[in-house]
Amino acid sequence: MSAKEKTEKTETRPKSEKNRSQAFWQSLLVPVLAVFTGLVLGGIVIAATDKGVAAAFGNFSANPVGIFPAIWKAVATAYGALFYGSLGSPREIIEGLRVYRSSGDMALLLKAIYPFTESLVTATPYIFAGLAVALGFRCGLFNIGAEGQFFMGALGSAFVGYSLIGLPWFIHLPLAILGGAVAGAVWGAIPGYLKAKFGAHEVVNTIMMNWIAFRLSDWLLTGPMKASGFRPVTPTIQRAAELPRFFPDPLRFNWGFILALLVAWLVYWFLFKTTLGFEIRAVGANPDGAKYAGMSVTRNFVLVMTLSGALAGLAGASQVLGVDHWVGQGFSAGYGFDSIALALLGKSHPLGVVLSALLFGVLRSGATRMQSLAGIPIDIISIIQGLVIIFVAAPAIIRWIFRIRVSEQETVLTRGWGK
Amino acid sequence: MAAENLSTKIPSRKRIATGIALLVIGLLMSVFFLPGTETGQTATFGLNLSSSAAILLPDMTLPVQTSLYVLVLIVVFMGAYHMARGIRSPGALFGVVAFCFVAAFLIWATRGRSLSLIGMLTSSLVRATPIALAALCGVISERAAVVNIGIEGIMLIAAEASVVTASLSDSLYIGLMVGILSGALIAALHAWLVIRFKVDQIVSGVAINIFATGTTSFLSSKYLQHQSDLLNNSGTFPIISIPLLSKIPIIGPIFFENNLIVYLMMIIVIVMHIVLYYTPWGLRTRAVGEHPKAADTLGINVYLMRYVNVIVGGMIAGLGGAYFTLGSVGRFDEVMTAGKGFIGLAAMIFGNWNPLGAFTSSLIFGFADSLQVKMQILKVPIPSSILGMAPYIVTMIVLTGLVGQAIPPAADGQPYEK
Repeated sequence: MSAKEKTEKTETRPKSEKNRSQAFWQSLLVPVLAVFTGLVLGGIVIAATDKGVAAAFGNFSANPVGIFPAIWKAVATAYGALFYGSLGSPREIIEGLRVYRSSGDMALLLKAIYPFTESLVTATPYIFAGLAVALGFRCGLFNIGAEGQFFMGALGSAFVGYSLIGLPWFIHLPLAILGGAVAGAVWGAIPGYLKAKFGAHEVVNTIMMNWIAFRLSDWLLTGPMKASGFRPVTPTIQRAAELPRFFPDPLRFNWGFILALLVAWLVYWFLFKTTLGFEIRAVGANPDGAKYAGMSVTRNFVLVMTLSGALAGLAGASQVLGVDHWVGQGFSAGYGFDSIALALLGKSHPLGVVLSALLFGVLRSGATRMQSLAGIPIDIISIIQGLVIIFVAAPAIIRWIFRIRVSEQETVLTRGWGK
Repeated sequence: MAAENLSTKIPSRKRIATGIALLVIGLLMSVFFLPGTETGQTATFGLNLSSSAAILLPDMTLPVQTSLYVLVLIVVFMGAYHMARGIRSPGALFGVVAFCFVAAFLIWATRGRSLSLIGMLTSSLVRATPIALAALCGVISERAAVVNIGIEGIMLIAAEASVVTASLSDSLYIGLMVGILSGALIAALHAWLVIRFKVDQIVSGVAINIFATGTTSFLSSKYLQHQSDLLNNSGTFPIISIPLLSKIPIIGPIFFENNLIVYLMMIIVIVMHIVLYYTPWGLRTRAVGEHPKAADTLGINVYLMRYVNVIVGGMIAGLGGAYFTLGSVGRFDEVMTAGKGFIGLAAMIFGNWNPLGAFTSSLIFGFADSLQVKMQILKVPIPSSILGMAPYIVTMIVLTGLVGQAIPPAADGQPYEK
């Protein structure tokens, strides 16, 4: 045990000659390998539950080599459908481009890029929600409440979106976005305040806030905010509050994605180029040290939870204003936990979050296609995500599997319940 | 003078604020509940589960207005007394006031009608069972300083594993064993990740939750839904009446007419209390949770203690998972645990990290749950989803430390390095 630890210690000693680009590639290594391992294990699950593979195993004594083509076929069909469903086929895109340039007819091109734009549409709320969790991590706060904040943000922007009538879009749209951000911010600020004032741990409180949000939304959607009609959904938002779409109708790609990239850049600028951002990172790295240096730890807790909630609220807003245009029950399903996975995979860096959100968007939107084409339940994505989180959080496993030596600085994410 | 100061340890400003809050609660009770009542109206509470019980108790019929006045007066008196003299036990103060409030609410809601009180308390215990098992899992692992937020996922996997094996083997007991073992297995994975690899404990728990949700839903839609007769149809444990004890009025039908898993839960509560506080093992567990370095110096194997406690916790959570299928409906549905694991964590904190407290607070959560259902039946003009928020809000209030206190084990959530 001690000898092993010693070798690990020498491995993790930062090298003095390490230059920046090498550090950059090394920081990418573990996430990339984690995703790769997750996909491989997902492939094993797909193969293990495939009928063709089972049949080949039944025929094992007669044709022992036959299982390999069967496994290959199962996995290739599944992942082929996944990537075809999320990225589209290059051949169709080139064909579409050719037709568009020769005749000006966009229909074929739009059909070809539809899967890819859907992936970007799916990635949009992930970017916001991932940023929310990542911002919390940077300050040593674990925001498990992105789910509830997402839901409240969606309800807030839907309310502004449908209740105000007759405003021009350049007033209504920003108001609706703001409505989502404020609703999410309030939902995040409460646990932040409780943590700062009473030391109540934000993990439990954000989980509680999630459940309160679900109950509240149950009530709102069946009562005050219910549209006339049978289903418990809000009324459709006004045209002026919609995030404009780039393409004609089946394509839902909208300005929300651009907004998300912009916000990601803003978060980056805020965290790494401003004094406040430095304070937040200082508090996250070492609260006692930050306090000793004269920074207000508690103020930063409240600030970060509020901003984090606002970001998660924006995720909900972008989904309502850009894609769905109304809110129903179970609207936020899974975004909260997925965003934690995103933030971890992206190492709490805005660029990393954007990249992992794109990856999750591709996986999630492709999985729908995989379900219909290859008959593999969409939940395989959750299995892969869970595995990826484990690998990202335990780089030692990845190092052990791939026999690599990486100098990683482990970051502390949370500190128990009490402190 | 000195004695006066000693008897009132609570700072007086906080005391006055609490007192005023109580007075406000009393006022709110009278404003909310009294206007809807009429003089001479009564509320009837049934005290027998079935009309064939050996000892039949007469129904409890309360005059609505008089009872409400009495309850409001108790709350106001408590507030005034607390301001003037100070009540030293915040738990007792909070408990009495909460009791008065709930009683007033129940009397108000049942005015002019009748409600089976015993039926409601029975269903409270039944609804509290999975919450209590989750809370007990939390207590035993967090006493050894390992935070397990993946209880929800463990219960989900155990629920599915137990129903499938029970259906295939046609034996509920084999299903139960497999459920418990699967819980132990996932908990062992959690322990391995957080102890051997020092993965952040909450991150590992979150990963387990996502992984469990994915795996169970994947298997459910791949297999269980297509062959539900073969794989997803186990039946449930029958209700066992304990001879003699179940004949006791009120207590009998609530505690001694249940199925196996509910009894096991109550046994685990008692056993865990004894083990934690009266055995060397419990002392070592608590030492590892409070000050692992000191425990290590005294020759206690910190890692081993943590592994065993987390795995035993996983077995308890596995039992809780089996409750959802074998103890309740006999079939698995996707995401059927519906957050009970997280509520269990809240019950653990509410119960101050000890088994009896965790059990009591689980009962409160179970009661709130069954109250919500009853209110829908009684057609109370308050939306049931608003009532459903109460347990979560209460948990958050408790976490602030203003009423009662929540003190986690000192080393909770921190990896131990030799």
